[in-house]
Amino acid sequence: MDAARVGVITFPGSLDDRDAARAVRLAGAEPVALWHADNDLQGVDAVVLPGGFSYGDYLRAGAIARFAPIMTELVGAARSGLPVLGICNGFQVLCESHLLPGALLPNAGLHFVCRDQRLRIDNADTAWTSEYRSGQEVVIPIKNADGRYVADADTVAELEASGRIVARYLDVNPNGSQNDIAGITNEAGNVVGLMPHPEHAVESLTGPSADGLGFFTSIVKRLVNA
Amino acid sequence: MARVVVDVMLKPEILDPQGQAIARKLPQLGFEGVAAVRQGKRFELELDGPADEAALEEVRKIAETMLANPVIETFEIHAL
Repeated sequence: MDAARVGVITFPGSLDDRDAARAVRLAGAEPVALWHADNDLQGVDAVVLPGGFSYGDYLRAGAIARFAPIMTELVGAARSGLPVLGICNGFQVLCESHLLPGALLPNAGLHFVCRDQRLRIDNADTAWTSEYRSGQEVVIPIKNADGRYVADADTVAELEASGRIVARYLDVNPNGSQNDIAGITNEAGNVVGLMPHPEHAVESLTGPSADGLGFFTSIVKRLVNA
Repeated sequence: MARVVVDVMLKPEILDPQGQAIARKLPQLGFEGVAAVRQGKRFELELDGPADEAALEEVRKIAETMLANPVIETFEIHAL
């Protein structure tokens, strides 16, 4: 059977699109390069929005990328169930697109933070986390300037009550995120936004662990069984 | 040609560490009596035509669509 096809969108200023594509390949799927200015998702089975500084983070992180032509296609497809993972800048784009609630603001400490971060996977039922156990602790790098997750009190309460917090920071909260939130999902569980970078933790040669690979093998398993 | 200003501010309940950093610096510079600082953004839009009702309504749409993120920010519009 043909390998699952996972698209990776490149915006002007994307940095981690190649690493994301490599992680997709290591997980056993075929990465498909998608371009921000196209109106075509090329029939992919899932999409990764990679990290970086799309459009220089001008105005707000993700605010301009949200209006890229391909995002019109992506928002519609995501609402119809297409699995989408937004990493770092990709998470910011998903919030700006209103596919996920809340927003990501400059780190509370006002410094760019780059470190290997301990996390706990709190929701192992999403399209992107089924290969983890709920409560599993992992080490995955973070590197962000605008990683402080905020939402109004009702939204955070709703996320907590419905188990939509996918991952939480352990040991230290690197950016002042509410409730130590490192990642969330939409109600359907197909759209996940994550501030840490699982694509930088897919093999021991280049990462602190291979703990991030599970995000990519989760989606491959989902697509193969679909 | 008219110019319209859009002022964007973080909602009051949202932490503004940049404003706090400015506020902390002021006493060191000898400025007393400032209890708090909030930092925002100001946009100046130069219009092709006059800043009439319809133009201001268009600017409002621009503000809520792009200049401000209503999840975290509020905005005010006024013509210069």
